[in-house]
Amino acid sequence: MADPLGGAGRLPAVFMAPGTSSFTDFLSQSAPHLLPGAREGLPAPVTEVAHGTTIVAVTFPGGVIMAGDRRATQGHMIAQRDVEKVHHADDFSCVGYAGTAGVGAELIRLFQVELEHYEKIEGATLSLDAKANRLAAMVKGNLPMALQGLAVVPLFAGYDEDDGIGRIFSYDIAAAMSEERTYESIGSGSVFAKGSLKKRFRADQSQADAVRIAIEALYDAADDDSATGGPDLIRRLYPIVAVVTVDGYRRYGDDEVEPVVSAIIADRSTSAGG
Amino acid sequence: MTMPFGYASPEQQVRDKSEYARKGIARGRSVVVITYAEGILFVAENPSVTLHKISEIYDRIAFAAVGKYNEFENLRTAGIRLTDSRGYMYDRRDVTSRALANAYAQTLGAIFTESVKPYEVEIVVAEVGRSSDDDQIYKLTFDGSIADERGFVAIGGASDQVTTSLKEHHRDGQSLADALRTAVRALTVSVPPGMPQNGERVLAAANLEVGMLDRTRARRQFKRIGGRVLEDLLAETASA
Repeated sequence: MADPLGGAGRLPAVFMAPGTSSFTDFLSQSAPHLLPGAREGLPAPVTEVAHGTTIVAVTFPGGVIMAGDRRATQGHMIAQRDVEKVHHADDFSCVGYAGTAGVGAELIRLFQVELEHYEKIEGATLSLDAKANRLAAMVKGNLPMALQGLAVVPLFAGYDEDDGIGRIFSYDIAAAMSEERTYESIGSGSVFAKGSLKKRFRADQSQADAVRIAIEALYDAADDDSATGGPDLIRRLYPIVAVVTVDGYRRYGDDEVEPVVSAIIADRSTSAGG
Repeated sequence: MTMPFGYASPEQQVRDKSEYARKGIARGRSVVVITYAEGILFVAENPSVTLHKISEIYDRIAFAAVGKYNEFENLRTAGIRLTDSRGYMYDRRDVTSRALANAYAQTLGAIFTESVKPYEVEIVVAEVGRSSDDDQIYKLTFDGSIADERGFVAIGGASDQVTTSLKEHHRDGQSLADALRTAVRALTVSVPPGMPQNGERVLAAANLEVGMLDRTRARRQFKRIGGRVLEDLLAETASA
């Protein structure tokens, strides 16, 4: 594929044209084939591709936690044990995905550039609602692919600098967006994760409590859903945990997640129900 | 030999366009780009807090410009579009200031020869390296000329005077405060048109736009310095 952006010579007119601060809009004019979902119609629905599974998000006063398991499956097989499905979106938000891994990773990469691009061109960041809306537009763009078997849904969470709270946004494949102020989960294990969070969530919980119940919700999901991976103690693979507060985005190190995982396993091993 | 009415030789056209562009640029205030131990500092005399002359382009790349605002803003936006597109298509590490400077040079050169009116701008594209030896600074002028600079560069109205001052005081491996002092001192030397030619000018934080590429930062290495932080840094500079 030739570099559509011009290897040499004068910048093409589209680069100099006034207009959009949206990277996606710009790319749709300058190099539409680079956009996710821009593939030709597929001859048959795709089934045998890797899927990412469960993501949870939990708010606490002053912020939000997002955590994801590490498993990607392909049919009944485990496709990857150390996949990362929770990502930095910008300084005050994070994003995760469940569904087709290839499309999800591409969607998140585009979303990251979209936010950064706007920030650089405008010299200001988008509001949290605007970021959530941009993500909805991208999910909508993937609908034709979703109908052919390449479905993916993101989960978006961030710190609202105007209101000083953590907020969560979830989507379905048709880009219907809904906001949650407490907790949310997406992916194959989300039914079990939500059941776990429903019983454990407290509106006044600390950040450490929120991390604990988020990881425990993933543990519960892995307990009952074969596509969700539990903590892998042998390979030292733990859930990805990210926090967004007034101080910005921060990803927890494995050395911080490991003690929480150990504590959960210790507590669970004394309970008859697991 | 008879010439058609209104004929101007190519030499004459280039001379006229150059003179026109130079006059436009000379009206603007200067910008200094200078290296320090941990990165590259950008200092502009700019009373506006919203209409920037300095901008982030990519992880390790920033942009500074003087001249006509709408024209360099156009180039700045194009640069962000180009680098973001390339980073998305290839990888973040594959976005280089050299490719960007090249694209700017080709574009400015084409505008200069093809358009009746050249762009009245001078721009600097700088990239901070892993060590100071890898820092890159490119200066581009209205006709597409490109120069690879080391240590420091000044653009804008009184760039000759400013450069003389920079040459005298710049030290390789200097601290951030020293680099800021050197830059502000050099900018003070230049007297913008319309200001009295004598008398000491003092550039306060409110009249300065300052940004830096800091190689010790993670990923996006550009950072603006303003408000209280800049005032403190200027105070530290003055007392030193």
